[in-house]
Amino acid sequence: MDLKIVNYGAGNIKSIQFAFQRLGYEAILSDNPDEIIKADKVIFPGVGEASSAMKKLKQSGLDALIPKLEQPVLGICLGMQLMCNCTEEGDTKGLGIFNTNVKRFSNNVKVPQMGWNTVRSLKSNLFKNISEGDYMYLVHSFYAENCEESIATSDYELEYASALQKDNFYGVQFHPEKSSKAGEQLLKNFLEL
Amino acid sequence: MLTKRIVPCLDIKNGRTVKGVNFVDLRDAGDPVILAKQYADLGADELVFLDIAATLENRKTMHDMVLKVAEQVNIPFTVGGGISSVEDVDALLHCGADKVSINSSAVKRPELINELSNKFGSQCVVVAIDAKQIDGEWFVHLAGGTIPTDIKLFDWAIEVEQRGAGEILFTSMNHDGTKAGFANEALAKLSELVNIPIIASGGAGTIQHFADTFIDGKADAALAASVFHFGEIPILELKKELKKQGIPVRL
Repeated sequence: MDLKIVNYGAGNIKSIQFAFQRLGYEAILSDNPDEIIKADKVIFPGVGEASSAMKKLKQSGLDALIPKLEQPVLGICLGMQLMCNCTEEGDTKGLGIFNTNVKRFSNNVKVPQMGWNTVRSLKSNLFKNISEGDYMYLVHSFYAENCEESIATSDYELEYASALQKDNFYGVQFHPEKSSKAGEQLLKNFLEL
Repeated sequence: MLTKRIVPCLDIKNGRTVKGVNFVDLRDAGDPVILAKQYADLGADELVFLDIAATLENRKTMHDMVLKVAEQVNIPFTVGGGISSVEDVDALLHCGADKVSINSSAVKRPELINELSNKFGSQCVVVAIDAKQIDGEWFVHLAGGTIPTDIKLFDWAIEVEQRGAGEILFTSMNHDGTKAGFANEALAKLSELVNIPIIASGGAGTIQHFADTFIDGKADAALAASVFHFGEIPILELKKELKKQGIPVRL
């Protein structure tokens, strides 16, 4: 399988590569639009700050490429947030794939949310063999507002979208590569889409 | 619901796990990669690796270890010890570490916290604080607790949050190694003062100590070493008991 990770200098890519390696697949980093467009599956990672991440995407033209992809695409963490309409982080316009906005948790809770939280209201084959109430590992200060494209929700201060799907585009707020068995199952499901 | 985290800490010296009692008298507790994998399988929520003898020669051994852990372990882990620059952190994150923990270097040059959180995001910057209560006042100590400073714990905690730390790992030197419970009063005060997660460290001896630090100490995570390494407290049993007491844990 031709599995590509969009490389725009974001975050800890090694963990994602190792997670696929444990499943027996090689995920290759690429910033080349011609390579990415031909891949069977595309991972869109992201850790860091939204506006600078978006700037990097624009520099390499990847901002125009990603919404045009037709194969299954999985955005992880900030990757998912950048696929939304806009985010309050750095007042950044997103790729507009998911019709929802990204906001910051208030100071009524500790920010970032850090640790294991449950996912529920699971829809989509992405959650095949994952149960309501299974735990995923999250680290984030901003959240996507719950919307019609939610395929999982979590609670932290309020109910928010912890996973989204529109057509071939999938996004997860949690880190499946760090979410033990449930995360492994999700990555496996993505490979089988 | 967000759960409370149980965090085994592996003190690393020359690529091996050791545990100090009151920061001295080192005992050998095994291969860190094997231990890490075991902990992940047994239900640990996160792991911390502290390079307690961080030297330049040791650096490569540590990078190799981090790579091997990242390759085999499917839960998040933090690496600390001897980290003093953006380059140090870059190298560790590239080896697959999820977060780094800085301590003395942050006290010596607090701007390091800003630099790291700007470059890598605050989610991967843990500021570890070792403090000792002297005549009722908590003072920050450096270099594995060997060097006292006149910096007050609570002032420092507020400053590290403002500079962009994503989490505080607080070790009470009065409690560390005693197995008599965590410093819950100081922990609760920390939790009220800052709005980032607090990891309690130092003093774990019984299952009830963990329950107490989550309830009385308001800690978000609890870290321990020897009680886990030597099998005194099995993680599954610990989490079952915490759940029984109404504390949210991942089971």
